[in-house]
Amino acid sequence: MARFLGEVHFTISPRSTEALGEELGVELTPGTVVALVGELGAGKTVFIKGLARGLGVEQEVVSPSFQIARFYRARMPLCHLDFYRLKAGDEFVFGLEEYLLDDGVTVIEWADRISTIIPGDAVAVRITIQGEMERRIELLLWEEMLRKAEEVGGEQCFE
Amino acid sequence: MSPPNHILGIDTSCDDTACGLVTTEGVILSNIVASQVEEHAPFGGVVPEIAARSHLEALPWVVERALSPLGGEWDEVDAVAVTYGPGLVGSLLAGISYAKGLSLASGKPLIGINHLEAHVSSALISEECPPQPLVALVVSGGHTILALVEDDGGFELLGGTRDDACGEAFDKVAKLLGLGYPGGPAIEKIADQTGEPAKKGEWVEFPRPMKDRGELDFSFSGLKTAVANYVRGLSPPERERELAAIVRGFQEAAVDVLMIKLRQALLRTKTPGFIVVGGVAANRRLRELAGALAEEMEISHYIPPPELCTDNGAMVAAAAREKLRKGEYASLDLAAYPNLELGQKPSPALFSR
Repeated sequence: MARFLGEVHFTISPRSTEALGEELGVELTPGTVVALVGELGAGKTVFIKGLARGLGVEQEVVSPSFQIARFYRARMPLCHLDFYRLKAGDEFVFGLEEYLLDDGVTVIEWADRISTIIPGDAVAVRITIQGEMERRIELLLWEEMLRKAEEVGGEQCFE
Repeated sequence: MSPPNHILGIDTSCDDTACGLVTTEGVILSNIVASQVEEHAPFGGVVPEIAARSHLEALPWVVERALSPLGGEWDEVDAVAVTYGPGLVGSLLAGISYAKGLSLASGKPLIGINHLEAHVSSALISEECPPQPLVALVVSGGHTILALVEDDGGFELLGGTRDDACGEAFDKVAKLLGLGYPGGPAIEKIADQTGEPAKKGEWVEFPRPMKDRGELDFSFSGLKTAVANYVRGLSPPERERELAAIVRGFQEAAVDVLMIKLRQALLRTKTPGFIVVGGVAANRRLRELAGALAEEMEISHYIPPPELCTDNGAMVAAAAREKLRKGEYASLDLAAYPNLELGQKPSPALFSR
């Protein structure tokens, strides 16, 4: 998995975004947290569909925006979280630790909504829209991404 | 004393705290819904812990109001029915715990109800509902499902969403356009602002994802992305000028896809009737086009009134009637099943954490 960190990928379609997710999913180890950042329609759920397939999930992975958390069984358990409906301040009451799996993987969409509770060693997946279909996907440590965000002046990192 | 013949139904699967009272004949006597949307504005009521607490605060009052047609007396209540899934786990647990308490205190049996089956019951309870078998389209913020409801009340899943639920797309597009939450009513208000039904040419054409595929599954993520892409290409004044056309175009595409798949499901199953239930079924354009579809196919259809489409307790009580007849009671260790599907029975394997 370490080989992905620091990499920047350019995908040309939802299918290739999903394929990149699958590549990452194959290499994930238990206890990993993957935190996704990217605006509406960037392809976060698409990436996670691939990631889940890489983990061996056979069920259809659907958006958890409404239920906030969905669980899947595979090579190791997968917890799919979505902070879309949460907002600043919620970190004080949202018990993220309850959703972090020692024996599995936790993926978080809209992680920047309450970025302070994301563990620093989480794998950040930052998806930027380049064109109608084209996406820039950067993989790095969460703390690294926060540092970069500070350097360029705070919020810019999160669009 | 007349024999007991009422069921109390409780639903706390998401944001709303709901309780309704229904007779065993299927007459709705009360249907009380306390919404967390306004009351808990600082948190929005979706953080599981906060939502659970708000439900617990609202439940005593909501249940008391729901029981008022019986003068608050329990003698004529037959059973306490409660939603045990799917939904937010903390919210579900609040309702389940409260229902267990009521059951224990009153000595009335507890009945566990699948929230999605309760939505279907919101139509089946009406005398205007076509006879089974029928096709049910369940559309809400968390679900988009096509199912066959069989003669015996069993379910056969025909299709579902591959990504976002239809109502979720309404919410996300509304947010994208700065229209507020919940998205359904906000979008409908703008789409209908002229007071006249929109005509072709008065909306932006968006794609109908998976329209031509044979299967009965939906995809709303692509539609949401298409709207986002379109909006991104506009300057702020253009965005303002085109707002109504974008909103109408989105609503038209979303409802059209639902109707296309519903038609395919009806043709494939050769079923002579359909129902549309769930929060999105309150949408006026959907009701219009569903009516047109039924007329064109010369089949019968039914869509419950809007207050029975959105989450409510009466539909839970309605769904419990059959279980009451069969004596299918839940024990006091009834658990919450956040990922429960339509027609699925609870099992330990489902409770995966």
